[in-house]
Amino acid sequence: MDVGALTTYFYGFRDREMINDIFEETCGARLTMNYNIPGGLMFDIHPNFVKRTKEFIAHFKTKLPEYDLLLTGNVIFQKRMKGIGILSKEDAISFGASGPVGRASGYSCDVRKHHPYSAFDKVTFNEILKTEGDTLARYQVRILEMWESMSIIEQLIDNIPEGDFFAKTNTVIKLPEGEYYERVETARGELGVYIISTGTKSPYRMKFRSPGFSNLSLLNHIAVGGKIGDLVATMATLDLVIPDIDR
Amino acid sequence: MNITKNIHEWLFSLMPEATASIVEMVLIAVVYLAIFAVAGLYLVLLERRVAAWFQLRLGPNRVGYQGLLQTMADALKLVSKELTVTIKADKFLYNLAPYFVIVTALMALSLFPFSKEFQAFDINIGIFFLTAISSIGVIGILLAGWSSNNKFALIGAMRSGVQTISYELSVGLSLLTMVLMTGSLQLSQIVEVQKGGWLIVQGHIPAIIAFCIYMIAGTAETNRAPFDLVEAESELGAGFHTEYSGMKFAYFFLAEFINMFIIAAIATTIFFGAYLSPFGITESIPLLGVFWFLAKTLVLVFLMMWFRWTFPRLRIDQLLVLEWKYLLPLNLLNLVLMALIVLLKLTIHF
Repeated sequence: MDVGALTTYFYGFRDREMINDIFEETCGARLTMNYNIPGGLMFDIHPNFVKRTKEFIAHFKTKLPEYDLLLTGNVIFQKRMKGIGILSKEDAISFGASGPVGRASGYSCDVRKHHPYSAFDKVTFNEILKTEGDTLARYQVRILEMWESMSIIEQLIDNIPEGDFFAKTNTVIKLPEGEYYERVETARGELGVYIISTGTKSPYRMKFRSPGFSNLSLLNHIAVGGKIGDLVATMATLDLVIPDIDR
Repeated sequence: MNITKNIHEWLFSLMPEATASIVEMVLIAVVYLAIFAVAGLYLVLLERRVAAWFQLRLGPNRVGYQGLLQTMADALKLVSKELTVTIKADKFLYNLAPYFVIVTALMALSLFPFSKEFQAFDINIGIFFLTAISSIGVIGILLAGWSSNNKFALIGAMRSGVQTISYELSVGLSLLTMVLMTGSLQLSQIVEVQKGGWLIVQGHIPAIIAFCIYMIAGTAETNRAPFDLVEAESELGAGFHTEYSGMKFAYFFLAEFINMFIIAAIATTIFFGAYLSPFGITESIPLLGVFWFLAKTLVLVFLMMWFRWTFPRLRIDQLLVLEWKYLLPLNLLNLVLMALIVLLKLTIHF
């Protein structure tokens, strides 16, 4: 969108709408789900969930190539994106880049691969790595990861076990004394929570490690020497979300 | 047309000659202003509907049948809005700028042969006048950007200056290529020549090349995507008209769409035989010419909208490279090729 290709953006909206419908059916919200809560999930999945997810995967497999047809192969788009905002692997590591931004620079940083959580050790998927580190690579990593995500969902969708979705917990959770760090891979990178507990009901210190903040700090470094147009393109592929930075 | 002739005679019989011709001029101007407003408003609507169609949306379809009154409502809203001027703006130039843009667009509009008799202003240097007029429009944009005292407006205006001056060359040269075939700059004359086949058919290969270059350069000259650097919204806010509000903003907005219409209308006149029908019958019914003219123009306008909603935006250096390194040399070569073809009488006639 930031390079003026508005139509692709709306193509994305079309497909996002279907995902949001599935979310809405299961947990009642489209954007701020609050579905994961301490102890498990808020509700059981909706009876339609499996069917509709399969429908969506089948639909999206035909629609994702459209993005490539419309945008990726476009000469103007290629020229705008290639060689812009180059981030080297060393810089990616030292600035703490994560997610597609880090992987486009060849830095293998997928939390799902290196520290598998929930069911990610039971599925096979590839970590998309590019070595160019430019804006185009960051864009391509995201497109290819959509394919990987679809294959992950396909592997898991038929094997959702029956059973309780929620384990009883106390309303007040007291962490034993100590330091805790837990992280997950999000669409934008690594989201971590660091807690120092002294054994009382509220933590002594807590820090959210948001992917947006560390990716923002890169911008100053990689946008030097570019034009205004390059700046917006670079910013777009860093995928900054302002509330996320402010966490 | 008989109606116009009758009005003309009636006016001259009613009052002395000098007064009558002044009244007639005013009447014609009013007619063209009406065309201007209606065309501008409906092109905006068309653009929004076409964009929605491309982007799998519905677009405005609530006000009036299929949204036909939407832009009217928007215009009314803009008229009723307060005209704000920023404190540090240069007030005289700030207020002057929109008129430059709108008056030049209106002047260019008066030249087109909508039909055999429906042409307000048929001068013998028609094409030259058109290109000259369209370059004046950029002064309005530059003034708007400069006098707003806003950095984004200024960057937008400077980009516009660079872009228009560069692409003007390509527009001029590609039109010149076609003029080689007609031997006249007068628009009515050019249409006469096309009775033996549209110029794009008569001039075959070089004419088609000239047409492609013209459409690229024309899109760039109207500052539309993929060349809309002037108001690249993710980079510059709204570009040169960031600080304008109310009707003054609407002037810029309408002028942009009228300019698109003008670029398409020039292409229709020069390449596609203006009001001549593709089947040969036009002379009998006068309004049929207007229909064909508008139909051809709208097809070209649609093509430009198609560009806009498909391509991403270029960067300023890529824009200039495209013009100076590719289009301009190609254009000069094409001019020589066309000269050879005309000289060797290789043009196609029916």
